[in-house]
Amino acid sequence: MSSEMYERIRNNPKFIKLVQERGKFQWTLSAIVLIMFYGYFMLIAFAPQLLGQKIATGSMWPIGYTIELFLFVFFWFTTLYYVQRSNKVYDDMAQDVVKEAQKEVI
Amino acid sequence: MRQVLLSVFVQLALMAQMAQAAGPAAGVTEKQATNWHAIVMFVIFVGITLGITYWAANRTKTTSDFYTAGGGITGFQNGLAIAGDYMSAATLLGLSAMAYAQGYDAYIYMLAFFAGWPIILFLMAERLRNLGRFTFADITSYRLSQSSVRTMAAISSLVVVVFYLIAQMVGAGQLIKLLFGLDYNIAIFIVGLLMMVYVAFGGMVATTWVQIIKACMLLFGGTVVAVLAFSQFGFSLSELFTRVESVHKLGSKLMWPGNLLADPVTAISLGLGLMFGTAGLPHILMRFFTVGNAKEARKSVLYANGFVGYFFNVIFIMGLCAVVIVGQNPAFFEGGTIGGKLIGGGNMVAMHLAKSVGGNLLLGFLAAVAFATILAVVAGLALAGAAAVSHDIYARVIRKGTATEKEEVNVSRITTVALGLLAIILGIAFEKMNIAFMVGLAFGVAAAANFPVLILSMYWKGLTTRGALWGGYGGVISSVIFVFFSKSVWVDVIGMKQALFTYTQPAIFCMPIAFGLAYIMSVTDNSARAQAEKEAFEDQYVRAQTGLGSAAPSSRH
Repeated sequence: MSSEMYERIRNNPKFIKLVQERGKFQWTLSAIVLIMFYGYFMLIAFAPQLLGQKIATGSMWPIGYTIELFLFVFFWFTTLYYVQRSNKVYDDMAQDVVKEAQKEVI
Repeated sequence: MRQVLLSVFVQLALMAQMAQAAGPAAGVTEKQATNWHAIVMFVIFVGITLGITYWAANRTKTTSDFYTAGGGITGFQNGLAIAGDYMSAATLLGLSAMAYAQGYDAYIYMLAFFAGWPIILFLMAERLRNLGRFTFADITSYRLSQSSVRTMAAISSLVVVVFYLIAQMVGAGQLIKLLFGLDYNIAIFIVGLLMMVYVAFGGMVATTWVQIIKACMLLFGGTVVAVLAFSQFGFSLSELFTRVESVHKLGSKLMWPGNLLADPVTAISLGLGLMFGTAGLPHILMRFFTVGNAKEARKSVLYANGFVGYFFNVIFIMGLCAVVIVGQNPAFFEGGTIGGKLIGGGNMVAMHLAKSVGGNLLLGFLAAVAFATILAVVAGLALAGAAAVSHDIYARVIRKGTATEKEEVNVSRITTVALGLLAIILGIAFEKMNIAFMVGLAFGVAAAANFPVLILSMYWKGLTTRGALWGGYGGVISSVIFVFFSKSVWVDVIGMKQALFTYTQPAIFCMPIAFGLAYIMSVTDNSARAQAEKEAFEDQYVRAQTGLGSAAPSSRH
């Protein structure tokens, strides 16, 4: 792939828009997962007694287990959301950019 | 080669028939009859996978076929294969045993093993597919020095592969010794030899199918055991928690964060090591190159993540159910003393549970699954290790791209055999180690050695060859040193009195070392080469973002 074509893509406003939007999307989701994950680990490290308690009197569900079960489900849904949005929105934008660059060559 | 494979296949089929015939005829006791269920099912698995290897061998000619199955694997297939690659014997046996003994701590481990996947998906999957071809070193050396950065990546890959292999081999030996009545050393040889056959003949095509079949068996077997066990508690978690806490020696403390993560440094370090370790495992990274494009790469992670997350929860339920079902049954303890030593050792909890809820048939099936699991993981590891040697070191560094595809594939096959022999020797040497713990160590090294350089090379324009080398080697050396001076090696293997490094998880120390060295040595690098490398980032960036110029798939399987 020629450097010129890469150069043209870099200067395409659509490419810049794609990179900015997708980057923001990726880092936002990553931040959510990282904060929840390490927040949970901070609780394990600094408040283990809290996690061992039951969610309510009379219930057998420990707080820690309940939080973590939620995290398993929630993290998977974030990946589902990411894949759907990437496949629907960002792939089309990327295709568009590549097509334009190739058209200009011809 | 066809002849050899064919005759092996025929022999195994005969063995299966003999096994069926010999079982009842020999008039053996119940426990030994169990062995035949396991052996028959395992032999069937081996027969099928060798058949696939035979089929795949005819389709494995080019380097692309050998390393990445020609890029023709679909997202769903790859998702299953990744799950098959990732869920090792240590996952099934070690984590169910940990849930049985430590309760909630095992669940914490599982989330740490799981949470790396979303991050890999968001930040790495597309770029890996768009930039890489056969190994992750293709990416780290994309705009940096081919020879030195590749050599470094290959070395750190091999370190991870060897650590992980030890854990797998030890698990294999113990399992087969118990369930198949074979000698530990013979079991290690069987695993090592089958691994060599799969990888050397069938390359990535065979390895992928071994992993897919194994993943399906594992998901099915685990689900059946968990459902049968959980039914004894009326499928009620409240009921399960109540009964588990009433009989376990930890009581209600079982569902508290416990000893394994007693101090904050260990807890955070474990989280870092497992999360970013996943993102630095060479055999996992390699799987991203087996799909056709970035879209399929994303789907791979979605499916893999779903299977892995589901299965961790299944294993945890299994472990808790075993507290009541296995832990209160004297038949599973040596000398019949409840609370004493479990027959076959601590890692056999899942197996005893299977026997208890599903009889010898289910025990046999789960044993065969566990054996198959080990084979699938070691095959993936061997392939990643072989690729590091043949593609990175031999073809790119030594021959500087002049080797023919045939030569490169041959070197790969020879390396596979060498790795198989090494795995056999180390498997025997490390017989007494705790396997879940060994996997943790492999992850620590992957997190500190492979991940920092990989992520910086994809995201940071300023990374130079000098920075990558310091960061990479700094990560490898510091993690190996920390592991060496920790209790597991310094005290347990070398026999010194006290560990010099008191933490079991090195990632929290090694990752900053690797990132710090990479950063400092890059920003202070003012050479002309460094300048050119920074400029080359721009083109790499466009390719990473759009996939323009990335390796195209060459075949479908």
